[in-house]
Amino acid sequence: MLIKTHANGFIHTNSSEITPQAAYQSRREWMKLLAGGAAGGALASWAARDALAQVPRPGKLAALPGAKSAVAGAMTVEKITDYKDATTYNNFYEFGTDKADPGQNAHTLKTTPWTVEVEGLVKKPAKYTLEDLLKLSPMEERIYRLRCVEGWSMVLPWVGYSMSELIKKVEPLGSAKYVEFVSLADPKTMPFVGSRVLEWPYVEALRMDEAMHPLALLGFGMYGEVLPNQSGAPVRMVVPWKYGFKSGKSIVKIRFTDRQPATAWNKAASNEYGFYSNVNPDVDHPRWSQATERRIGEDGLFAKKRKTLMFNGYEAQVGQLYAGLDLRKNF
Amino acid sequence: MNKLLLHRAAKPLLFALCLLPILWLIARVATNHAGANPQEYLIRGTGDWSLRFLCIVLTVTPLRTIVGWPALARMRRMFGLFMYFYVVLHLLSYSWFDMGLDFGDIAKDIAKRPFILVGFAAFVLLTPLAATSFNRAIKFMGAKRWQALHKAVYAIAGLGILHFFWMRAGKHNFNEVAIYAAILGVLLGWRVLQFIKKKAQMPAQNGRGVLSK
Repeated sequence: MLIKTHANGFIHTNSSEITPQAAYQSRREWMKLLAGGAAGGALASWAARDALAQVPRPGKLAALPGAKSAVAGAMTVEKITDYKDATTYNNFYEFGTDKADPGQNAHTLKTTPWTVEVEGLVKKPAKYTLEDLLKLSPMEERIYRLRCVEGWSMVLPWVGYSMSELIKKVEPLGSAKYVEFVSLADPKTMPFVGSRVLEWPYVEALRMDEAMHPLALLGFGMYGEVLPNQSGAPVRMVVPWKYGFKSGKSIVKIRFTDRQPATAWNKAASNEYGFYSNVNPDVDHPRWSQATERRIGEDGLFAKKRKTLMFNGYEAQVGQLYAGLDLRKNF
Repeated sequence: MNKLLLHRAAKPLLFALCLLPILWLIARVATNHAGANPQEYLIRGTGDWSLRFLCIVLTVTPLRTIVGWPALARMRRMFGLFMYFYVVLHLLSYSWFDMGLDFGDIAKDIAKRPFILVGFAAFVLLTPLAATSFNRAIKFMGAKRWQALHKAVYAIAGLGILHFFWMRAGKHNFNEVAIYAAILGVLLGWRVLQFIKKKAQMPAQNGRGVLSK
């Protein structure tokens, strides 16, 4: 109806255009903090930074604050995993196959200077320095569940921005169907590069629409600080609806291709690790069940493992990407 | 050494030593030193010690013969029962921590995962050995039959190392597997050598051997 009268009552615009309460409240918090900080001078930025961060900083590395993300599904309210558990228990095969190895061995990784080369089917191929990437888009804090293919999980507060921001900048050609992420493979600083478990460098990839999904994060930090080496410093992918190994760490090259890239674990055992590797409780790994998971550091010693959720609980956000796809065949 | 082994305190002392690993594992978990995944730590720790006690118990006879410590034989049963103790703890921690004591799920898991099946088979095979380890059982069965039954430990050794190998195969991480396999290989190889030597002596003693057939 073009001419509105009181009889129409109050008509909403699209519900997506209504500012969520959390957003305007945080803006007001901001204003208050800035107003208070104007008197405090140097104190202001310090206060604002703390207001931004959702989780207390562990105080180990340089701060990397991010504003609360407004992306749907990006802020789970589950209990965040302890920083100590997150940094002493993870897989990063370049530093050893045991989950305690990365935390012990990754101190040798050299993250400055760092460049990421973007190449392949794009209009604007470029070599980005880490500093360029950090400035490319505003940092957001996102609290994601992480589900490892091995059957354990964590809740981690990442800092970064949607991968789509970078993709838009380099303008992929129409023919680009996949994005490939190549990790650093430097035998001098990564003692297990060259071991026969996997082919090096570690390569992971996403379909273009997956990489463009706002939840696919280009991550630079966690817990309000820059990434620790063992977690894939200085820049990595975080794809929360897929098993952890799909998120490449310490990325040095991003390549746009028209053919499905050969990815590290898929090459090592294609019957066990599919290209998609979406978290799926109904499709077991050939050697173990994927129906349940152990949340690290949370439940008591004798607690039952929790049920794994379809797409790791991100079905509402990413389910439509796979409409019509047989997830048993395309595991 | 032999005299020391015959000492009254030797057996209780070794008994206490054999309990140290489980006390250590529990203490690490209780004091938050077991890493981010204490359940996994306990499952793996008890598995490691099962393998180690398998090696210990299989070392008794070669050591007794080669070095000449007959008194060591007194300890063999205790070592064997401790191996069973750690195997049971290993199975129990897997059933409890990994499977939430859901016996339906455990049965399905045993059927689904070959390496679990192999480990479970080793436990099943080991159970009658543990159950017949008291003197009256030996008497009841007769030494020959008892000995024949307890030769099953060689098969159990094979299953145990296969279980470990398969578990590590996922990460192609075979360094530790190779160490245990080498130790078990030497211990079992020594027995094969003894057997061949014995066989070789037999026809000579009997005058007519296998060759006359």
